[in-house]
Amino acid sequence: MRNQRMELVNITIDGKTVEVEKGSTILEAAKLIGVDVPTLCYMNMGDMHIEHKPGGCRICVVEVEGRRNLAPSCVTPVTPGMKVNTHSIRVLNARRTVLELMLSDHPFDCLICAKSGNCDLQSLAQRLGIREIPYQGEHSTYRIDTSPSIIREMDKCIMCRRCETMCNEVQTVGALSAVNRGFDAVVAPAFEMNLDHSPCTYCGQCISVCPTGALTEVDHTRQVINALADPTKTVIVQTAPAVRVALGEEFGMEPGTIVTGKMAAALRKLGFNYVFDTDFAADLTIMEEGAELLGRLNGFLAGDKSVRLPILTSCCPAWVKFFEHNFSDLLDVPSTARSPQQMFGAIAKTYFADKIKVKREDLVVVSIMPCVAKKYECSRDEFAVDGNPDVDFSLSTRELAQFIKQANIDFNSLGDEDFDRPLGESTGAGVIFGTTGGVIEAAVRTAYELQTGKTLDKVDFQQIRGLENVRYASVDVDGFELKIGIAHGLGNARKLLEDVRAGKSEFHAIEIMACPGGCIGGGGQPYHHGDVSILKARAKAIYREDAGKSIRKSHENPYIIQLYNEFLGKPLSDKSHHLLHTHYFDRQDDVFVD
Amino acid sequence: MSHIKFKLNPEQLEELKSVCKSFRNEKSELINVLHKAQGIFGYLPAEVQEVIAKELNTSVAQVYGVVTFYSFFSMLPKGQHPISICMGTACYVRGGEKVLDEFKRILNLQVGETTPDGKFSLGCLRCVGACGLAPVVMVGEKVYGRVAPDGVREILKDYE
Repeated sequence: MRNQRMELVNITIDGKTVEVEKGSTILEAAKLIGVDVPTLCYMNMGDMHIEHKPGGCRICVVEVEGRRNLAPSCVTPVTPGMKVNTHSIRVLNARRTVLELMLSDHPFDCLICAKSGNCDLQSLAQRLGIREIPYQGEHSTYRIDTSPSIIREMDKCIMCRRCETMCNEVQTVGALSAVNRGFDAVVAPAFEMNLDHSPCTYCGQCISVCPTGALTEVDHTRQVINALADPTKTVIVQTAPAVRVALGEEFGMEPGTIVTGKMAAALRKLGFNYVFDTDFAADLTIMEEGAELLGRLNGFLAGDKSVRLPILTSCCPAWVKFFEHNFSDLLDVPSTARSPQQMFGAIAKTYFADKIKVKREDLVVVSIMPCVAKKYECSRDEFAVDGNPDVDFSLSTRELAQFIKQANIDFNSLGDEDFDRPLGESTGAGVIFGTTGGVIEAAVRTAYELQTGKTLDKVDFQQIRGLENVRYASVDVDGFELKIGIAHGLGNARKLLEDVRAGKSEFHAIEIMACPGGCIGGGGQPYHHGDVSILKARAKAIYREDAGKSIRKSHENPYIIQLYNEFLGKPLSDKSHHLLHTHYFDRQDDVFVD
Repeated sequence: MSHIKFKLNPEQLEELKSVCKSFRNEKSELINVLHKAQGIFGYLPAEVQEVIAKELNTSVAQVYGVVTFYSFFSMLPKGQHPISICMGTACYVRGGEKVLDEFKRILNLQVGETTPDGKFSLGCLRCVGACGLAPVVMVGEKVYGRVAPDGVREILKDYE
């Protein structure tokens, strides 16, 4: 297996010899022989090309024979013959002191902290057996910053700066930076303004990697409970595709366990009047976005120079806000199709409300999302009628898990139940929206058949799948080579968009998801603690769920066909435009001082 | 942070852009650009930082991060006559701090602040290389040596 040219180095760690590749760090070498050196600021999501090792927290220090000071193992490369001790008295004492000092400037509200039980700092304090803090000193205090999606409670920040890496290097959003110096140092938006005065997209990747409770989502569970308790309200729920492959983790199940049936049962037990599926709206999105793609493509093929290609997907609210801030000169490029969450809300509060004879204001639409940007999305003014939002509340996967536990539901022993109809019926195409490449694969399945009039023999487009940051694929549509680009992570999206801006893009269609991995890696999902294998297991589960569906193409969903027959007419009809499409705003100058 | 309104006029905007250009609009030249910009405006108001961020293709948050890290950079406008009291070792042991306290008292200012009429601002520096004259005070480019607290009013009179 070993590469012949690879240079190897022998080192000894805790008395055990290990042969590692030159250039490896002590931490990596230790891992190979099962020595688990604790870390705090360090983060390495190898396959996603996300790495953060500032060597700042000093929790991972080890003793190296012949070296005067202790070495931070996460950034110290191995050298031949190196002798390392990861648990000498000196190391244990230093590690304890470092943590005690850190804790001396940290609030002691673990009992009521949103991150309790999932906090890396708390776990470390437990692991090192910290029972008292011998140091008394000043505490950092900051105002709490609340935005539509994210809460910043910087008293709890330990300056690991993982969020900065996500925000600047991975997402290239640039909302956060370390500011000030010494004791006053803190991670904040420019001019220490609130997040809602910054170019933040609310992707929530900062929350995903925050080791403490400094960054968390705005919790809407109580509002949902109040709505459920109100006898005058009919409360319906929609669940996004990526939730069903991650929710089980919160109940001790293996990553990649599919819990669609248990989730539907739990939601019914929680008291929702109708349990529906965002996947239905994903199928609807494909009808609209697919029609738009074919419209632009056929115009282009007919020689219409005014046609804007490539078309960009528009289901991801963080991505939408990102291009509104950074590519406001290209607002006519993305599809005008609303996201599945918003399509669902618009249809629920018109078509479905009429069907069950409930007034719009008495119908409460709740969404369960792997995302925190969805909270922001449903608060956008254009998605409300006379102040009544199409989607009232959006809960993350984590909030739903918490809600289920609070309601004394034994999730693991629940039997499988189905979604309600009509807005709960979906196809495999709707399911794969949950992972990177899924939206465009779903669109291709439908666009191909509508364009050629032929039936696809194989609906699995393997060339579109995978976790590479930027992927290119081409699909033969009856002799025409449809060129597709896929990016996940906003930094990768930026590269594709810069090509579009420069007129160099060769693609006809581009799918973009703000979060690494797509929605399976969303900012509202159970914490992965940097473990990429969890994201991979979720992605696999998404494709398993798709493969197990009897209908796998959006245009064959009988309830979608019925919706068009009874209500919308056809894709891109006036009614569709009114309810299912949107417009974008130039947010270039939307931030900072006005 | 500064709440003082600052509006770049078109000439200033051009000047700032040409500063960025003189450093090839390189992100890695941020500190040099900020240094020059502060030379032009006397301080670094938010709007200046926003322009620099755009020109160097970096985020305003990161520019602000650098501005707040280095004590040399300021987001508060300097007075017409910036006063600096040396706090270097020699000046300090010969009573520099008492001189500073007297400036604070008379002008009713803290270090880093500017009088409401914009005339004086108060700052500290470390060694101007005139330790033989300790304690030293600078007003603008002018150096005053062997300053005692009761000489502070005399110095201010020069600028009335």
